[in-house]
Amino acid sequence: MVISIFKGKNSNEELRNLSLSGHVGFDSLPDQLVNKSTSQGFCFNILCVGETGIGKSTLMDTLFNTKFESDPATHNEPGVRLKARSYELQESNVRLKLTIVDTVGFGDQINKDDSYRPIVEYIDAQFEAYLQEELKIRRSLFSYHDSRVHACLYFIAPTGHSLKSLDLVTMKKLDSKVNIIPIIAKADTIAKNELHKFKSKIMSELVSNGVQIYQFPTDEETVAEINATMSVHLPFAVVGSTEEVKIGNKMAKARQYPWGVVQVENESHCDFVKLREMLIRVNMEDLREQTHTRHYELYRRCKLEEMGFEDTDPDSKPFSLQETYEAKRNEFLGELQKKEEEMRQMFVMRVKEKEAELKEAEKELHEKFDLLKRTHQEEKKKVEDKKKELEEEVSNFQKKKAAAQLLQSQAQQSGAQQTKKDKDKKK
Amino acid sequence: MEPMRQSPSPCSSRPSSPRTLPCETLGYVGIDAVLDQLKIKAMKMGFEFNIMVVGQSGLGKSTMVNTLFKSKIWKSTALDLETPIPQTLKLQAVTHIIEEKGVKLKLTVTDTPGFGDQINNDKCWDPILGYINQQYEQYLQEEILITRQRHIPDTRVHCCVYFVPPTGHCLRPLDIEFLQRLSQTVNVVPVIARADSLTIEERESFRRRIQHNLRTHCIEVYPQKCFDEDINDRILNSKIRDRIPFAVVGADREHLVNGRCVLGRKTKWGIVEVENLAHCEFPLLRDLLIRSHLQDLKDVTHNVHYENYRVCRLNESHQLPRGPGWVNLTPTPGGPPATPQTSKLRQQAQDDSEDDEEC
Repeated sequence: MVISIFKGKNSNEELRNLSLSGHVGFDSLPDQLVNKSTSQGFCFNILCVGETGIGKSTLMDTLFNTKFESDPATHNEPGVRLKARSYELQESNVRLKLTIVDTVGFGDQINKDDSYRPIVEYIDAQFEAYLQEELKIRRSLFSYHDSRVHACLYFIAPTGHSLKSLDLVTMKKLDSKVNIIPIIAKADTIAKNELHKFKSKIMSELVSNGVQIYQFPTDEETVAEINATMSVHLPFAVVGSTEEVKIGNKMAKARQYPWGVVQVENESHCDFVKLREMLIRVNMEDLREQTHTRHYELYRRCKLEEMGFEDTDPDSKPFSLQETYEAKRNEFLGELQKKEEEMRQMFVMRVKEKEAELKEAEKELHEKFDLLKRTHQEEKKKVEDKKKELEEEVSNFQKKKAAAQLLQSQAQQSGAQQTKKDKDKKK
Repeated sequence: MEPMRQSPSPCSSRPSSPRTLPCETLGYVGIDAVLDQLKIKAMKMGFEFNIMVVGQSGLGKSTMVNTLFKSKIWKSTALDLETPIPQTLKLQAVTHIIEEKGVKLKLTVTDTPGFGDQINNDKCWDPILGYINQQYEQYLQEEILITRQRHIPDTRVHCCVYFVPPTGHCLRPLDIEFLQRLSQTVNVVPVIARADSLTIEERESFRRRIQHNLRTHCIEVYPQKCFDEDINDRILNSKIRDRIPFAVVGADREHLVNGRCVLGRKTKWGIVEVENLAHCEFPLLRDLLIRSHLQDLKDVTHNVHYENYRVCRLNESHQLPRGPGWVNLTPTPGGPPATPQTSKLRQQAQDDSEDDEEC
């Protein structure tokens, strides 16, 4: 049976736009899509980078209108470490799994050379976990809890002058891995005129150092306008507060000073509202998409190239990933086998050595035994000789004794005879 | 098969993975604006949908497609004495972009003229399976590239509508063979074609017999029971499953009925209105395919069928020949590919059919 597939006009320009003669009903598609997504829930992960005490936790509390449990960090940390906490928020029918990652101990050390390293490692670890899941043979991407960092809020200290070198170095390391949104923390310490100069100084420094911060998307008409107006105010000067102060006849989040009240949600006081708009209400989905399509893909490409895979050209393109994987696997198995062989040989050698040693010992023992035997024989012989001599002596002695006795008895006899003769004579 | 969506488990064995604490927000944050953002993005990107119609010639496939999408997707294959019946199975695919209320849909319809038309129809499903697997393969190749595109063009078949001829008896062996093989690789929706030749009672008994056939042969058609996520889904889908296969009639001509202009077939004894639920079940099919389950069809294809294909392919790729001629992944003499997941599916289907028969 011949398969011949007649594909009608697939290039974009030649696709025919048909006109519909009635209501088909697929305009419900976006709603279908949204329903699916709401049943699954959304993941959003924010990384807060900033010095200890700059107001990261307070800002998160203010942004999400809730009290996340956390103890303030001390300044004694030996190094930078990341602390991640997950929360589940629900608003109308949207479930959001929010993960907030904090940099504990950032900027506290005397030597801050390696401060950026734990942060970069964490971000890479999340990408790696996702990549591992994607490369698995049996995978479940749809139920995977996405832990990749979607947005990085970089807290700039309100010095009023310029960026610190630590900030520049860290942001440069992070800009290709995560969407960076720089914000000026504790902005109520800066006066309005200084703020404007500070902001332009920061932006020019970022540009001149080639730091790529997150650009709010301006390609869709619905959001282009608001994004464009907001990006003029970057970096946002924010104030965070979870305490409420009575203003007029309403309670509002604010910070109360003896000289006045800084209202968090007042746009003339600080840019908190702008930050909230941009981060949550307008661009959350775009942040997630950028993370997935740009930063993650970059990481994936680098990682795969590092591992030795490459896309060969389409003509001779085998199942490149699979074949390279097989080749590597075989290589690895070969190495394993070689190692096994080596170990086996070593074992055999050792056994042989031990055997030789034992044989040597045995030989020695034999020799000793022989020696002992010989000495024993010699001794025995000596003793036998002595015994013989002794016996000879004894027999000599016995002979002598016998002879002596005989002589004695002879002598006695002759003596008795003599006396008898004498006796006879006397008579 | 794994259920399509497990309850999301945020706690997994990853280095800094924390427990998720539920939190109460004390005021409006604005998280639900993300839904609108999603919608805007989706509408800007447009949607894709690929549907395949399979059935013998003369069952009204092209007309049905035209009726479904209310436009001339195909020139209806009217009797043309000069074009002979195709000797071989040729798949024809045509792509259109249709728009409704700002929603752009790139629709690809694949037709299979010549299916089941020969005297010896052995292995006539092979080209179709080959085509479906080829689309999966294309997608897989794109997905494993190092530098891959932002949006991989999706040509995978999301839904296969199988036209059962209205014999009134039961499924024929050809139907059973085809459905068995295809329900493992793609979402299959069987329909009773040309249902205006059956009365309502005949339709019902035909439907019951077909459902019985499907159960006996462990054929899981869309919507598959094992993918129901929660009780609402199950209720909704059971209603649909009860009416599968839909008895449909296709028409692309309009007639005047009671002063209204309706799509229908005009006969000497009356006008069969296509969109009238009392006449035929076309509205149910249209609602299932387009209005309520289109996204679900795509999701099941992506999360289940494509993943199954990928597992097979990655596990057995060193055994497979490459090239456009290969079709089945694991050629078995008389059964569908026996991957562990599909056998679980059949096991579940068997259990379910036993449950059904008990009730």
